Amino acid sequence: MLAALRAVYLLKGVWAILAALLVGSILIRLGDSNPIEAYQALFTGAFFEYHGFATTLVKMSPMLLAGLAVALPLRAGQFNIGAEGQIYLGALFATWAALYLPDVLPGWLHIIICSLAGMIGGGLWGLIPGYLKAVHNVNEVIVTLLMNYIGINLVSYFVSGPMLAEGAPYPYSDEIREALWLPYILPGTDAHLGVVIGIIFAIVLYYVFKRTSVGLSLATVGHNPAAARYAGMSVRRHIILSLVLGGALAGLAGTYEVLGLKYRLFHMFSAGYGFDGIVVALLAEGNPLLVAAAALFLGGLRSGANIMQRAVGVPTTAVEAIQGLVVIFVAASVAFRYESSYLAAAWRRRKVMDAALAAERREAQDKAEEAKQP
Amino acid sequence: MEHHLVVDCVTKTFGDLKANDAVSLHARKGSVHAVLGENGAGKTTLMNILYGLYHPDAGRILIGGREIAIDNPRDALTHGIGMVHQHFMLIGPLTVTENVILGLEQSGLRLGLSEHAERLIELSQSFGFDIEPSEPVWNLPMGMQQRVEILKLLHRNADILILDEPTSVLTPSETGPFFEVLSRLKEAGKTILFITHKLEEVMAVADDVTVMRDGRVTAELKTSETNPRELARLMVGRDVVFDISRPQGHFGDAKLTVEGLRARNDRGLPGLDDVGFEVRAGEILGIAGVDGNGQAELAEVIAGLRPIEAGRILVGGADATQASVAERKHGFKIGYVPEDRQVVGLDLNHSVAFNLILRSLGRLPFSRFGILDFKAIRAHAERLVERYDVRLQGVDQEARFLSGGNQQKVILAREIEDDPEVLIVAQPCKGLDVGAIEFVQNTLLKQREKGVAILYISTELEHIMAICDRIAVMSRGRITGILAPEEATPERLGMLMAGATADAA
Amino acid sequence: MMEILLDPTMLSDFLSTSLRLSIPIVFAALGGVLSERAGVYNIGLEGMMLAGAFGAAVGTFFTGEPFFGVISGMFAGALTAVVLAILAVSLGVNQIVAGIAINMFSIGVTAFLSRIVFSGQANTMTLPGYKAFAIPGLVAIPVIGPVLFQQDALVYLMYATVLLLFYLMFYTPWGLNIRAVGENPRAADTAGVRVNMVRYICVLGSGALAGLGGCYLVLSHVFLFSEHMSAGKGFIALAAIILGRWNPVGALFACLLFGLFDALQLRLQFANPEVPYQAFVILPYVVSILALVGLIGKPRPPGAVGLPYRREGK
Repeated sequence: MLAALRAVYLLKGVWAILAALLVGSILIRLGDSNPIEAYQALFTGAFFEYHGFATTLVKMSPMLLAGLAVALPLRAGQFNIGAEGQIYLGALFATWAALYLPDVLPGWLHIIICSLAGMIGGGLWGLIPGYLKAVHNVNEVIVTLLMNYIGINLVSYFVSGPMLAEGAPYPYSDEIREALWLPYILPGTDAHLGVVIGIIFAIVLYYVFKRTSVGLSLATVGHNPAAARYAGMSVRRHIILSLVLGGALAGLAGTYEVLGLKYRLFHMFSAGYGFDGIVVALLAEGNPLLVAAAALFLGGLRSGANIMQRAVGVPTTAVEAIQGLVVIFVAASVAFRYESSYLAAAWRRRKVMDAALAAERREAQDKAEEAKQP
Repeated sequence: MEHHLVVDCVTKTFGDLKANDAVSLHARKGSVHAVLGENGAGKTTLMNILYGLYHPDAGRILIGGREIAIDNPRDALTHGIGMVHQHFMLIGPLTVTENVILGLEQSGLRLGLSEHAERLIELSQSFGFDIEPSEPVWNLPMGMQQRVEILKLLHRNADILILDEPTSVLTPSETGPFFEVLSRLKEAGKTILFITHKLEEVMAVADDVTVMRDGRVTAELKTSETNPRELARLMVGRDVVFDISRPQGHFGDAKLTVEGLRARNDRGLPGLDDVGFEVRAGEILGIAGVDGNGQAELAEVIAGLRPIEAGRILVGGADATQASVAERKHGFKIGYVPEDRQVVGLDLNHSVAFNLILRSLGRLPFSRFGILDFKAIRAHAERLVERYDVRLQGVDQEARFLSGGNQQKVILAREIEDDPEVLIVAQPCKGLDVGAIEFVQNTLLKQREKGVAILYISTELEHIMAICDRIAVMSRGRITGILAPEEATPERLGMLMAGATADAA
Repeated sequence: MMEILLDPTMLSDFLSTSLRLSIPIVFAALGGVLSERAGVYNIGLEGMMLAGAFGAAVGTFFTGEPFFGVISGMFAGALTAVVLAILAVSLGVNQIVAGIAINMFSIGVTAFLSRIVFSGQANTMTLPGYKAFAIPGLVAIPVIGPVLFQQDALVYLMYATVLLLFYLMFYTPWGLNIRAVGENPRAADTAGVRVNMVRYICVLGSGALAGLGGCYLVLSHVFLFSEHMSAGKGFIALAAIILGRWNPVGALFACLLFGLFDALQLRLQFANPEVPYQAFVILPYVVSILALVGLIGKPRPPGAVGLPYRREGK
């Protein structure tokens, strides 16, 4: 009974998602469609059809890396709302490395160099808010928020100016050479290696969080900076490190959008994956392995949205709204803990009462025995 | 005799803890009624019930013979009950007047600051307070802030005043005037509940006293019919003889020397002003003083947590002034037991095992190339938990679930196991029960025997007198004098705490 | 560029553009000041502004009256703020998380609903809105006159709102309660202030004000609703709150500064067609960040901002 109750509370994220889907069904009704049919089309398409699932993986790749980009700084108590901008900077640096480095290197090595360049780009975009927070105590939420717009426009500037492909009708760069394209993982689809790399990073990060001194120092800085300083950890350094590494992961997300999917740098190429990363990290409560699961779910929601639009005629923006609902309900569910629930309190009171009753019974027995002995 | 305020069999439980167990109390009108008890005896819980912050599980509260219900502080005030909390409920950036009238008027288009200020000046003059109503309260000394709190209640026409440990924030020189204020309030017909754990104060100002222990009332007496010894026994539950034997010390050479220390406090103002002293090996130097006179800054500067503006710190002759926190801990062997064990000393979200290596996280044998060795960490934790008799369910238990005394044991274990040469201990007994206090003090005395130089910072004079070999007094960031225990009479200490220098005292 | 400073008409024109560009940010920042003074971070200003814009468009679309657009815009902003109030005040959820959730929801839901309501013609139709009118007498003041007093009704409403909020905050019992709750809710509670009620009202008011910012975008700027038309203005407002030190008048001036740089970048774009416009678009954002870094003296946020309040025990 108690275990079941605890499990109900542990699954609160799932309940939150279901609640969001339920409210979302009202939106779908508003759009004159049948919610059950719509959801059926969405989830079957996203998870149980070969091509649909491949699209899910394509969307999952940047969401997963961006989710880690949010989860890592969150460990140190920093809100990285700037993954979107970091994705753009990562893509910019990676594209530059792909297009302008001499193509003398073997493809795989050049891909690694592009990845490193992407991580440097994203890391740089994380370094700025990290440095400003650590040294000047400027609120990282606002700085990362604003830097998104700078990053997006910076890429727009490059692809409509210095990097503009000749004769392009729309701002985009030249195509990168085929040797630098990421390998496909599902034949005949767009699903690329990015998602595998993302999962590897999730596992590594999980291990780092649980088993290394850096992971635990980050958590101490996040929970309790005063104790961290007392323990001899540099709070500044950890804050900067966490945002730089977070930015690097987001940069990698941008890199693989270019190397794995688009093969060019486009103006406005990221469909808000940096913001999806926030949702993913939040759903996963910062646990890297759960980040992967949450990214899979959200990726499915996104790829299913297109299928739903084709099959039932519900606009994809409905899914954006549902995603917002998911965040709201998940955020609300965080407030419900088993330990502080009314039921748990009632249960604790029962235990106290049982103990009191037992004590009184003993007293009564003692008295009865005393009475017997004259 | 008509009782003004009666508490009848009030019970309040938090989880498994009975904070108040059938507590009763009878206060006469126009009297000072003390509520005496140790930390954790349930005094504050009772006061929070009277003030409507907590709801009692059972029991009644009567004023002038009529039963009343107090659901929130507003209700309490309408019944004439006002409270001065131990930690003042003042809002720093607001002015005295704004603080006083806060909550008085919930609507209306204007504040009427000047009218209220006039009434305040009147009120404060009639009680001999000397207060500038337009001053922001964070600019006022603690004694003045306390008067603002009392003014708040008087301005609301409260006639039952609850004062929670009112002297804990005052210098000895501020205590006298404060007692005068109490008698003026009494003359004006106010009933005062005076919560304290200090026997002398009860004997000095209270007419009646209710003694509490472990959430129960052990006695309700007239102070004229009792004596400190009886009160102490009622409060602690046995005759109070601290079980601390302090053998003759063997002092070595100066181990910790500080010279001309200057540092700023959290508000950027000078916090330490030319502080210098030395502590010899095997010696306990006490730092006495009213809270907030630079003791916290001193401890942090020596531990490396606060930047130093001038001066030097020498450990065994080697200069540690520029060393990092970790170098001081592991290189210079400075152990540090911080005052705030829940926020600084421990990371409450982590396990006890983790907290026991908190300051050695990246070091052998607990970590190799940054990868933690959980076996070593666990073994270490289990050894220390056993040796220091930390009561817990397991070393993986989060530190937040330990009692205050056991949390302090974890910190002491960690700081002492590294064989420190210098030990900085800040307010180690704050909020602990008598058993835990004995444990802490005996542990420190054992370190003293081993030749550790100990700096013992405390605001509790009795504790300092009990274990220190010399006593330094701090006032406004300066050391105003260093005395031997036999020279340290309360009067002399009081003058030093108030800022007089040793020669004058 | 220099000729702007010398020619009074051009200067007036430039300053007038600056002012207009800053209006939505001013309203949002005022909303932020209100809620942060009460102790609630409002990262959701962006979403509330967007909801306000949508509400304004819908209200005006159906009634043909911009006035009802303003009413429904403020209502939509406040409605979005209810979510923040429930999450942050009642449930004690992290206020940054709650704000982000609101922004995402608002972006998605307004885009979705606008397609349903305006069924695809959202980007083509033109809504009725507010037109500038001069305030006789005052408009004659050289340079400043035409800037400040040749504007539309919402701009005049903004002037009034700033003054009103300033008076409310520092000269009324309400304001005292708000400041106390944001600074030290426990102390305010013991003084008899209903902490969470004050916070609810301030968060709702904050949503209505941010919503007004959205109304201005729709009813005075572009006369239609487009997806995510708030475009980060709510985030710049967050910077303006800090820069203005949580004071309505200070926030106004901070926003005017951002408006000035926004107008400047538009002019630079226009004057330098050979440079991709994005090089200039980033200017207000860069200025926001630099302003936060270069702030003279440390700004002190309200003591309890970001912290949910719970009475202990009970």
